[in-house]
Amino acid sequence: MYKTGDGEEIFVVDAHIHLWDARPENQRNIHGAQFINCFHDYHKALSPAEYLWTAEKFQHYGSDALYEDLFVNGYADMAICQPTYLKEFYNTGFNTTEQNSKLRDKYPDRIILNGAFDPRDGEPGLEALEALVETYGLQGVKLYTAEWRGDSKGYKLSDPWAKRYLEKAQSLGIKNVHVHKGPTILPLNRDAFDVADIDDAATDFPELNFIVDHVGLPRLDDFCWIAVQEPNVYGGLAVASAFVHARPRYFAEMMAELLFWVGEDRLLFASDYGIWQPKWLIEKFMAFEMPEDLKAETGVDLTPEAKRKILGLNAAKLYGIDVDAKKATLGAA
Amino acid sequence: MPMDAPLPQSGDPRLDDVWARLATVSDPELDESVAAMGFVESVELGADGDVRIGLRLPTFWCAPNFAFLMAHDMREAVERLDWVTRAKITLSDHCHAEEINRGVGSGHSFAETFPGQATAELDELRVTFRRKAFQGRQEVLLRRLLADGFTATQLCAMRISALAALELADAEGARMCQRYLEIRGEFGGPAEGSDAAFSTSEGEDLSPENFTEYLKDLRRVRMNAAFNANMCRSLLKTRYGEAGE
Repeated sequence: MYKTGDGEEIFVVDAHIHLWDARPENQRNIHGAQFINCFHDYHKALSPAEYLWTAEKFQHYGSDALYEDLFVNGYADMAICQPTYLKEFYNTGFNTTEQNSKLRDKYPDRIILNGAFDPRDGEPGLEALEALVETYGLQGVKLYTAEWRGDSKGYKLSDPWAKRYLEKAQSLGIKNVHVHKGPTILPLNRDAFDVADIDDAATDFPELNFIVDHVGLPRLDDFCWIAVQEPNVYGGLAVASAFVHARPRYFAEMMAELLFWVGEDRLLFASDYGIWQPKWLIEKFMAFEMPEDLKAETGVDLTPEAKRKILGLNAAKLYGIDVDAKKATLGAA
Repeated sequence: MPMDAPLPQSGDPRLDDVWARLATVSDPELDESVAAMGFVESVELGADGDVRIGLRLPTFWCAPNFAFLMAHDMREAVERLDWVTRAKITLSDHCHAEEINRGVGSGHSFAETFPGQATAELDELRVTFRRKAFQGRQEVLLRRLLADGFTATQLCAMRISALAALELADAEGARMCQRYLEIRGEFGGPAEGSDAAFSTSEGEDLSPENFTEYLKDLRRVRMNAAFNANMCRSLLKTRYGEAGE
């Protein structure tokens, strides 16, 4: 809950958080070490100095610190815990659905647990997906299309097996598909970050919502174009929102683009915790005002109403959260 | 690592030659030179016209196709100097450093460097991003000229010869103009002096009626590249310290 200067209570859903274990003993190889180092570089590049963590803390912060950072200090009412398996890089995985379920069981009022699938798992994976959804009662999945698997360096949502998995997910009651593009995908000669396959999937599955992590960055331009045409495509603001501190002008320009092309009803606040902390992200986001020149040029504004939607109401709608009831439950606890 | 004793380096005019060549090599995604981005870690002159160049990128995971393109283009650009017999590019701290260094060093194509993982060379990827570079350069120049008082009607009717003859008061404007003219021959249709200075990348005429909408479309492309360049600079600095600036 974020309280504005005039006492208004703003409901906050952090749409993208993690609880990972990247300690050296869980790193399977150099890739495990480099993966967490890269995340740590993102953390260091865009965080305010007083929020910097050491490499050790960053590798493993644990559920108590997470609760404190998100729900005590970080204004979040709820958070969506997204898995990233990376079993080729980490012995027990980076953060699997099963591991994350312990966090959900510990804080059931706060945590929305998402699952995952990988179309390269073929028929057995379809059965595993069914078991996963039934075991954990999932509404959403998180897909990382650049995950390495054996000789494969990634997949596309337009692959025939990806379609079978999306069909299966839909039949199991999954509503929300979070998609994270990464730097490798086969064939390597194509643009690895290309978001065109999301366009295909969104057209083929109009009843599923596709939440594109990091608003498609580094392909913000193509993402905006797709979102204009596909009403079931949403943008997750992780990474993008972190620019509000280190590069505010770029943040302003990017928000102007997003509000113009995608609109305030289809953007979701996300911290990507533990990469960044919602406390400073939300404080700076709430304090941010669209510069006059951008308002004049694009005709859009980041109004208080837009901020309310982006910080929580849009995600609440996607995940069927009754905001007033939830506020009452959390307030009574 | 240098195998033989390095020759005197600082002040050697050949170093300037090499850096000048490297300034012509772009990161295709950002439309900024690898030199300006801080990706060139080191330049060393060896014996007999050997040049060794260290290449570093903002993350271990930067897309291998772009990394290959930069390493390939750096080798080609530097070897165009007549005193250079061989330019050896060494990419470090990257998930595909070994393959890329071997491939570029042996003069292999991308598909040969990544057998079984690529279905074609990088020509299509290169064109896609070169087109975005054209759009980005055109957009900043159009906005600049609008700010200088040109109307949409005038800009839609302007010929290349007239644009080339424009005298923009400041260095920044002159550079925008020069960068656009450099790429105009690659996109936007025929590029003789009597052809339109500004057209779509496909060579279609611009009209004053849809000019504003057209600019909005282009802005999205330019913003994206600028945002990525910012992210890359921040990450490079975090990864390698202030020297990355």
